[in-house]
Amino acid sequence: MYKIEKLNELAKIVAEKRAENASLEPRRMTAEEKDSLLAEFHPDYKQNEFTVLSAGVNKGDKVPTQLAELLQGKSRISSKDVDLSAPDYDTDVLIIGGGGAGASAAIEADQAGVKAMIVTKLRIGDANTMMAEGGIQAADKPNDSPAIHYLDAFGGGHFAAKPELVNTLVSKAPEAIKWLNDLGVEFDKEADGTMITTHGGGTSRKRMHAAKDYTGAEIMRTLRDEVLNRGIPVVDFTAAVEIILDSSGNAAGAVLMNMETKELLVARAKTVIIATGGAGRLHYQGFPTSNHYGATADGLILGYRVGAKLLYADTLQYHPTGTGYPEQIFGALVTEKVRSLGAKLVNIDGDVFMHPLETRDVTAASIIRECTANGKGIETDLGSAVWLDTPMIEYKNGEGTIEKRIPAMMRMFGKYGIDIRKEPILVYPTLHYQNGGLEINPDCSTGVENLYAAGEAAGGIHGRNRLMGNSLLDVIVFGRNAGIYAAAKAKETAVPEGLTLEHIERFNNELAAAGLDTDVQSPMLLPKYARKS
Amino acid sequence: MENKVNVFLFGKKYQVPAGLTIMTAMEYAGYELVRGCGCRNGFCGACATIYRIKDKQELHACLACQTEVQEGMYVATLPFFPLVKKIYDINEIKPTEQIMMQLYPEIYCCIGCNACTKVCTQELSVMQYIAHAQRGEYDKCAELSFDCVMCGVCSSRCPAGISHPQVAMLARRLNGKYIAPDCAHLEERVKEINDGMYNELIEKLMQKPVEEIKELYNTREIEK
Repeated sequence: MYKIEKLNELAKIVAEKRAENASLEPRRMTAEEKDSLLAEFHPDYKQNEFTVLSAGVNKGDKVPTQLAELLQGKSRISSKDVDLSAPDYDTDVLIIGGGGAGASAAIEADQAGVKAMIVTKLRIGDANTMMAEGGIQAADKPNDSPAIHYLDAFGGGHFAAKPELVNTLVSKAPEAIKWLNDLGVEFDKEADGTMITTHGGGTSRKRMHAAKDYTGAEIMRTLRDEVLNRGIPVVDFTAAVEIILDSSGNAAGAVLMNMETKELLVARAKTVIIATGGAGRLHYQGFPTSNHYGATADGLILGYRVGAKLLYADTLQYHPTGTGYPEQIFGALVTEKVRSLGAKLVNIDGDVFMHPLETRDVTAASIIRECTANGKGIETDLGSAVWLDTPMIEYKNGEGTIEKRIPAMMRMFGKYGIDIRKEPILVYPTLHYQNGGLEINPDCSTGVENLYAAGEAAGGIHGRNRLMGNSLLDVIVFGRNAGIYAAAKAKETAVPEGLTLEHIERFNNELAAAGLDTDVQSPMLLPKYARKS
Repeated sequence: MENKVNVFLFGKKYQVPAGLTIMTAMEYAGYELVRGCGCRNGFCGACATIYRIKDKQELHACLACQTEVQEGMYVATLPFFPLVKKIYDINEIKPTEQIMMQLYPEIYCCIGCNACTKVCTQELSVMQYIAHAQRGEYDKCAELSFDCVMCGVCSSRCPAGISHPQVAMLARRLNGKYIAPDCAHLEERVKEINDGMYNELIEKLMQKPVEEIKELYNTREIEK
């Protein structure tokens, strides 16, 4: 039951129309309808929320204003603060970030026989990978193929992705699933071993593999366990605050900061992988976020300052179904799998207003339209929201489906007295994913020699919109690739010499020349949520 | 006027708005969290917390990000707990009863007090999954422990010194790799890709002009 009686009343309308709504097969929008919907209602199209960069390699490009402030911010250190001639750590491959991409990279680098090391500002596994609920895509069913997956991903990303990256993503997908399965990840399977797969928004085949609705958690904890089994050093509560270059301008390590003592440390490495994840905690346009505490775009700042180029940093994913109520879980993710299993989106009148499995950008824009221009949202103190009719899942698939397939969702709402098996839930878009990032090639190399990027910090794989289940896939496929290629490169690279942080001053000069006078220090590392009295 | 409650963070009293979680209450009180805060969404287990309500006997455990503050709540976070994780090679071990005896023999010292189950922040049947692990029933151990976020509160209460989350982790990997049925269509597809069966098809797609690929995309057949 909802604590607000009005919501219980409104939920009754949804219940009354459930049978009728369940039998509906809502029409999918035409390409033209989608384009005009996005242009009018998607947050990416709000020009006044973006700033054109006036310094760095992406000068002239627009990015979200909060990101621009950090990209054009000042370093947290100056070159005088550290002694680069006496590194505290010496390794072949330095991996910055302990999420799915970082852990995958570490395992592959270790497998290749080089010395790998992970540094992470929180703990290994404190990452968006851990929170990915719904699933991971791979075209491994007989009615599917990597080519069909390619078309879905490329089209869903508005034909903007780098084709060679999409090719890598889809062609290595089945192998990624096999790799995880062989590590012991428990995928949902039939008794004969057939993968239980569902649709995601914008998929044309049912290729969403899952481990209940803890898919990312199951993958992440298994990867973490494997990293520890292999004895790969993990330095936790230690953030990278600057990339170090060598005398030739190649990446050669990073300056690290102990998050608790603030001590600065130097890590020297032959190759460096940025796997720092996303940016939800920058709360673009005031949106709540489904992201973990450390999602502050650090890797983009680190890479940008040494000259790595960004691609599609102006496109963000607002997950259509963030929690709209209650306040304790406001903005938390309600997995797309809820819709994959048959729940529909319903307005205040109990009417289905769209096909529930359009791509995420289209679905988010449609919900925003329903709550604004159409005036059909449900109002609470937290804002406007629409219903996601979860009881429809059991109405269609039978009792017990929710507990078996989406236990995390049942638990999350159950803690606040809402039984999603019996009551619909309120949802509204939440800041979920950074579609763009540091531009990479299929081997995860960036424009800076010996600097690699993988996972959410990388850009170009998903174009301007990512499909559900392609990010867990991306962190595995490109995380592994980063480890493989960074290890190979490390093998043919000598111990770097002439370590320098000159780029800091160079960048400061560029800021000054552009007339940018700022007090902002970056990378941000953690959001500032403590109330100042 | 805003409804406030009194909470005691590490014994010190603060007035915070009702409706906050323990985590947001700490931030409201002015704490800048580094430890004890991860996904803020109930999946990572970073914010294990124990609490007791003033004048009540029972000790509770929870995740700070998933629990609403209550009047008279005495809170202590448990941002780290020294679990024992044993090292093994997943390709070398087998899902036999002996493997638990070798790696985690302390599970056989369980005295059946059920303290682990009582405090589980995910309300799992912890003692029961340990019982399955003792008997080498790794599929059952995996199933019952699946929602574990490895926060470690169970182990903090265990008189036998068991690291339950690590035992369950091993059981799940054994189950996923060795006990769950193999997937034939996955093996088949990996082989087809390695044989280069889809290269030409994808090459063609990659080279198509945008207008052509748009047409293909917009008219593609969608499985019901």
